[in-house]
Amino acid sequence: MAKKMKLSDITNMFAGMDVEALEGVTIEGDIELDLGGLGGGFDPMLAAALGQESAVLAQHFARIASMFGYPVGFGAQAAAPAVSPALAAPKLKDLISAKFDVANIAEWTTQIQEVPIGNTSADGGSRGKQVMLGGEKALPFYFDAPMPNRNQVTIDVFDMRIGLAKAVKENYDEVMDSPGEWAKKNVEKFNADMITIHLISTDPLIKDTSAKDAAKTVEEVLQAVDVPIAIGGSGNPQKDPEVLAKAAEVSEGERCLLASASLNLDYAKIAEAALKYDHDVLSWTQLDMNAQKELNRKLMKQCNVPRDRIIMDPTTAALGYGLDYAYTNMERIRLAALMGDDELTFPMSSGTTNAWGARESWMVSSPLGQDSDWGPREYRGPIWEIVTGLSLALAGNDLFMMMHPTSVAVLKQITQTLFGIVEAEPVDIANWIGAEV
Amino acid sequence: MKINSPLEAYKYLPQTNCGECGEPTCMAFASKLIDRSGKTSDCPPLVKEKKFAKKLAELDRLLAPEIRQVTIGVGERAANIGGDDVLYRHKLTFFNKTKMFFDVADNMEEAALVERVNKIADFKKFYVGRNLLLDGVAIRAASNDPAKFAAAVKKVAEAGLPMIFCSFNPAVLKAGLEVAKDKNPLLYAANKDNWKEVGELALEYKVPVVVSVFNDLDALKGLAKTFAEAGIKDIVLDPGTYPSGKGLKDTFTNFLKVRRAGIMGDTEIAYPIMALPLTAWMAGIADPVSASYWETVMASVFTIRYGDIMILHSMEPYSTLPEVHLAETIYTDPRTPVSVDGGMYKVGNPDKDSPVFFTTNFALTYYTVESDISANGIVCWLLAVDTDGIGVEAAVAGGQLTSAKVKDAFEKAGFDLKTDTNHKTLIIPGLAARLQGDLEDTLGANVKVGPMDSGRIPGWIEKNWPPKQ
Repeated sequence: MAKKMKLSDITNMFAGMDVEALEGVTIEGDIELDLGGLGGGFDPMLAAALGQESAVLAQHFARIASMFGYPVGFGAQAAAPAVSPALAAPKLKDLISAKFDVANIAEWTTQIQEVPIGNTSADGGSRGKQVMLGGEKALPFYFDAPMPNRNQVTIDVFDMRIGLAKAVKENYDEVMDSPGEWAKKNVEKFNADMITIHLISTDPLIKDTSAKDAAKTVEEVLQAVDVPIAIGGSGNPQKDPEVLAKAAEVSEGERCLLASASLNLDYAKIAEAALKYDHDVLSWTQLDMNAQKELNRKLMKQCNVPRDRIIMDPTTAALGYGLDYAYTNMERIRLAALMGDDELTFPMSSGTTNAWGARESWMVSSPLGQDSDWGPREYRGPIWEIVTGLSLALAGNDLFMMMHPTSVAVLKQITQTLFGIVEAEPVDIANWIGAEV
Repeated sequence: MKINSPLEAYKYLPQTNCGECGEPTCMAFASKLIDRSGKTSDCPPLVKEKKFAKKLAELDRLLAPEIRQVTIGVGERAANIGGDDVLYRHKLTFFNKTKMFFDVADNMEEAALVERVNKIADFKKFYVGRNLLLDGVAIRAASNDPAKFAAAVKKVAEAGLPMIFCSFNPAVLKAGLEVAKDKNPLLYAANKDNWKEVGELALEYKVPVVVSVFNDLDALKGLAKTFAEAGIKDIVLDPGTYPSGKGLKDTFTNFLKVRRAGIMGDTEIAYPIMALPLTAWMAGIADPVSASYWETVMASVFTIRYGDIMILHSMEPYSTLPEVHLAETIYTDPRTPVSVDGGMYKVGNPDKDSPVFFTTNFALTYYTVESDISANGIVCWLLAVDTDGIGVEAAVAGGQLTSAKVKDAFEKAGFDLKTDTNHKTLIIPGLAARLQGDLEDTLGANVKVGPMDSGRIPGWIEKNWPPKQ
């Protein structure tokens, strides 16, 4: 029987070694993969290559959901000696009683549109379940109004084998030639609510796979898993509309999320395919609320996309690399929507994998000599993705596109805790001062 | 603050446009008061002349932030908390970044205690032109022994960081105060059992104090009100921080409610809020990495939603780095520009043989690249291409960074690779690699693809510079 290890054991195992010992996956080697040719936009493969060096660790984290709820034992604090009555104060005689009260926000008058992804047999599709996004009447997790739908996580699959860090291969090696098997693993092992299939091989600078051949991969994924799927192109603005239109055709009736329509490509072609073949559209803009309004307006007015088929991606910047703009952009969008701006009342999606672009998430050590030690990077990466995603969850984001299984598990744990569906044994914190930590 | 237009503040100013504050007019100064970039004390006549005394007092009252500002510690590392006027950062900005205090226990071995305190004091993370730091030390009276606690306080005080004294036992707190009389520590905490004694200590030693009532906002407000009426001004609220399940959700709700009430004018509860992410370590998470992650997750939630000060345990870099970065993220002034001016910048004193790089004019990108280059002593030309303040990767994807834009930037800067350099070479960001061919055609120069991350420029230069012709 295999010996079970804790993360701490692994840490200890590594503790005595030179950090370079983990360099079977040196970034030098990995980062200079053929990334320049991967097309525009964030490359989630880079995230994979950089981030998942420690997949074994991740599997331990996957158990995180069950980590609460055990009885907690703490040594009782020694009884405090009685306070000398001499200390009793003249100025503080009686405890005043008070009533705390605070009003709900009256300006939050408008509900965010509910947008379903995935059709079950009831709607003419073959998905085992539907994912529902949106429907909020307040900021996320606020007491003003119950939040109707929890956050959802979609995990990436790619349509070709590309260079991956060794530790990522430990996770995915046996499934990387089969997008279907890869998708299955994300659902069965890593608890993905959805799958995103990235058709990156269609980029003319990579394999220039035809739209027709790429569509076969979409069919394969739809066969392999019964969760709803998102379909991404390569990021090439010339080719993506054609690729997404063909993918939409072969997945007719499944209500997939087509990613993405943007102002710098033929968004009308993507919108048209979504309407014709029963899909949703991801409306992507770059940290610009007015551009987001413009694109949403064009999708609705020019292309006649119904409101319940639009999801927004207002762009995710990583912690330390512009998250302040991404956070505030989303928070402003959501507040404007709640107050009635009907060009913004849509659920939001985040490319949370962008967190792996932050050097803190993947570099062995700081490039700047004066920094305190950055510690082991295999633990830095997942938490960078978690904090990036969690911040945006609090700003109003609904759907998270993620990579690292640990990040997925922890993000789900905290968002579902704040959503109110996580049961845990109550913890007595009264004696935190004397607790053994 | 109670007013929101410069005109309203102007009414209380001398209206002489004397210019002593550095502004050309009193109206300009009034604008600075309203956006909180100036203080009434910057106006000498208002402060000095007796006839303005009443106006000054009234103006100060009107301008006071909704949430009381409390100072912990003394000297240059003193920590200010609270002082906020808004619920969302884009409405103005948040003031006084969430302060991160890390715990030590008074029953630790002295060597271990000193080592940990030094680690807290020495922590440094460089970030666009400044260092992110940890803020202070929370001393837990785990021994519940006044003498032991006093000894620990004495040791910790040597580091010069702000301190929180953690005990519900007034005798222990008093022992600590006696050995740190002028250090202005924060007392944690007064609760329903010890409030008289702890309140008296706060008055006697003139130190800020936490009032602590778990999950009962009526009682919390009552205790705060009791203290305020006894003349205690520097109050911090601890509504309790539960680490999991419904308890954590309740905690989140309490923070939202308290801050909303305070900003909306309930002065009796308009104080800074303390979060205790350290309780993550009481949630029964056996594995320390997972517990540490959970602590960081809790710290993140309460950095964003209204925690002004927190007590944390994990000093692992994978906890501290995201924590200090998130506090910086949320408290960065959103009114500062996203971008630097496009143009050619010199790093050191470059000449015709120095390498030429470009990046975008997104401020974070530019400063990151600039500090990576200069910190490693590389002398070069650095062109900031105007991409509407968007980073390299996103700008390539979004069409704001094209070969034409780069050419345009060179022309505007009056810099010609063919005549201003001997090598006629441009090094481009690895994330813009797909522009290489286009750029060679457009610029008629050699184009080399640099690393994906500017942190790797030094290694890249070593291998690839000067270019082989």
